Amino acid sequence: MSTKKNVLYGTASAAALALTLTACGGSGGSSASGGTWDKDAVVNIGSLYEPQNLDNTAGGGQGVTEALNGNVYEGLFRLTDDGKVEKLLAQDYETSADGLTYTFTLQDGVKFHSGKELTSEDVKYSLEKVLADDSQSARKSNLEVVKDIATPDKRTVKITLSKKSISFVYNLSYVWIINSQAKELKTTEDGTGPYTLNKWTRGSALSLNRFAGYWGDAAANKQVVFHYYKDATALNNALLTNAIDVVTSEQSPDALEQFKSNGNYKVNDGDSTTKLLLAFNDKAKPFTDVKVRQAVSAAIDDKKLLESVWGGYGKQIGSMVPPTDPWYEDLTDVDAHDVKKAEKLLAEAGYAKGFSFTLDTPNYDPHPTAATFIKSQLAKVGITVKINTITPDEWYTKVYKNHDFTATLQEHVNDRDLVWYGNPDFYWQYDNPQVTKWVEQAEEASSTAEQTELLKKVNRQTAEDAASDWLYLYPQIVVANNKISGYPLNGLNSQFFAYDIKKTG
Amino acid sequence: MARYLLRRLAFLAVSLALASVVLFVLLRMLPGDPANALTAVGASPEQIAAARHSIGSDRPLPEQFTHWLGQLASGDLGTSFVSSLPVGPEVTARLDVTVPLTLAAFVLAVLVAVPAGFVAAYKRRTWYGALLSGVSQLGIAIPVFWLGMILIAVFALNAGWLPSGGFPQDGWSDPAEAFRALVLPVVTIALVMSASLIRYVRSATLDVIGSDYLRTARALGSSFGRAMWRHGLRNGAVPVISVLGIELASTLLGAVVVESVYALPGLGSLLATGIAQHDYPVIQGVLFVSTLAVLLIGFVADLVQRIIDPRLRGRLSGGAR
Repeated sequence: MSTKKNVLYGTASAAALALTLTACGGSGGSSASGGTWDKDAVVNIGSLYEPQNLDNTAGGGQGVTEALNGNVYEGLFRLTDDGKVEKLLAQDYETSADGLTYTFTLQDGVKFHSGKELTSEDVKYSLEKVLADDSQSARKSNLEVVKDIATPDKRTVKITLSKKSISFVYNLSYVWIINSQAKELKTTEDGTGPYTLNKWTRGSALSLNRFAGYWGDAAANKQVVFHYYKDATALNNALLTNAIDVVTSEQSPDALEQFKSNGNYKVNDGDSTTKLLLAFNDKAKPFTDVKVRQAVSAAIDDKKLLESVWGGYGKQIGSMVPPTDPWYEDLTDVDAHDVKKAEKLLAEAGYAKGFSFTLDTPNYDPHPTAATFIKSQLAKVGITVKINTITPDEWYTKVYKNHDFTATLQEHVNDRDLVWYGNPDFYWQYDNPQVTKWVEQAEEASSTAEQTELLKKVNRQTAEDAASDWLYLYPQIVVANNKISGYPLNGLNSQFFAYDIKKTG
Repeated sequence: MARYLLRRLAFLAVSLALASVVLFVLLRMLPGDPANALTAVGASPEQIAAARHSIGSDRPLPEQFTHWLGQLASGDLGTSFVSSLPVGPEVTARLDVTVPLTLAAFVLAVLVAVPAGFVAAYKRRTWYGALLSGVSQLGIAIPVFWLGMILIAVFALNAGWLPSGGFPQDGWSDPAEAFRALVLPVVTIALVMSASLIRYVRSATLDVIGSDYLRTARALGSSFGRAMWRHGLRNGAVPVISVLGIELASTLLGAVVVESVYALPGLGSLLATGIAQHDYPVIQGVLFVSTLAVLLIGFVADLVQRIIDPRLRGRLSGGAR
């Protein structure tokens, strides 16, 4: 998965696109304010990502994940806020010796909000829904290894894969288990989570009520209301006037000062999984030459760019792998900022006098800023950058589909998306057969240790090949009123688990 | 009069039909493919073709157009490409915000502008008359979003008297809450609207004050107030009413800015989202309803002018001069 397309064309306003950096999620806690809290509190959450509809296989977009994932719908597994996979509706599971068959046992006594008991049929139905022809699920392609789903009894699901897939269990954390008899899933729901849908007012808000019949620990609050804003200023104003208690993902660094200097708020600096990339077309001259790519990477001062865009927030990153991915390694030293080295590499590649190229730049923040910065940095080593500003739509057609570009800027929001470098047909056309092989082997690995080992190799190799220039990792900033605690800090893949949020007073 | 009404209604129908053609064709000329919004990253050409087929964007334009007209005729605004939810109920729900917002702002603006414009004209030689003229000039120059931000800063962030934006999830079920949410947006629009209205009212009043009939009436012994009341008001109202119609219509269409400043779930914000997503049914639905409203406003304004001024009756019927 590369750029999150549901977001790209789902929420679609250019601004929203810029904001795709919510990548994270999980149930971790924030600093507890201690003492007692109001068990019947209403928690107001402010967000820029309104769902398109309530069905995550029908183009619901990022917003529906944020509001419903884990809160209203649950999967067999859950991805925690620190990137770990935990059992949820699956009480236990076994893998066959050949690694092709997974047998899951379901939790006992789980009920859907409609009152119906959870059975293996529902799991089968839910998985088939993701895999259906008309499914728009972003995870569909990852799950296409599923060959057969059997339901020997009410609490057992047996899934056979066409080939080994070490990420299978991780990928299942994205599959919502839905009542197989549910209808109208675009406007209503029937999940097993700690909240039921109270009301969705399009363009405005979505409220969830604590579900009395929840099989696990009850939610720490009575109701959560997601309030939707199109504009970051309006969102911040709502937080300042106590109309909301927390902002899921702060997008405006300029706005942070007013919260940092105010004792009533806490500004949390979490880890996102969103990377800003200067993606070369590795099949377009002169970026076919690894020395040219390395030279460009070394010529750009990423630290300075990050500083100018995000102030003290965010991280430098030396590859496609964020710290929350299991195969993370700090590779910022590879192709670190070094103008002399860049000049030397350019000379070796036959471009001692530099060259000129066109940079296709999406028209929303932070890309235009980054493009201007890159232009001035590369000018110092004799490279002329022509900035070509394009809309998200044009980007999708020209760059993503037709590969008609020399270099481009784009943000990639998902976790574990290093594996795209194993696909030579992906838009950046990085083609290293060794890397492709490692990625394939990693997916078919027998243990996560083996998978991690192989992907670390991929990580280092792509960094050394300067397959792209990874400019920086976005920060994930959750700003909250001091009255609340227990909210997720990293928010992997736009999740925002609300059931642990405690509110005082 | 019946003949006039008939003609006017026919004109309305023709305008609406023309507008719908223009609307439909212009939308299709926008760059971008709505099918992009419906397919996952890495979708195959077959999947994209299937998506186009499912929303009907692969059919010939005339066929799509007649399909849309057919739906319209049965009162159906179609189904959103993106959310696959019906557009009609969505538009209706948004009108709950936009209509009260526009009407309240309009009424407030008229209540402010008519007396203020009159004073600015009648007392133009006093300091407050001149001040009114000056302030209205300034008001015209103020961008509506800037004024909105200032009002939010003062009344919501600093004073804490009113919400900075948003609309209650339960809509008008708690009227006081809904009303509170609309106070600042209404004032924002009304201030900007009244600024330009004051100038129109002022110049219309000046025309009347300098007119022969008023002087005649006064020469015949009528007091200024009485002369204004009997003759001036009617004459002055005619040009003002056509301006009012235009103002009301442009406020309705311009609500998008105010709605976005105040995070209001109105028609304008629906339109903005629809445009960003190439969601043709949503854009068409909103624009069609707005066009209808604008045409109706013009119609009513004409009608009111005719009732006030008998001299217009012949002219507006399109017949004898």
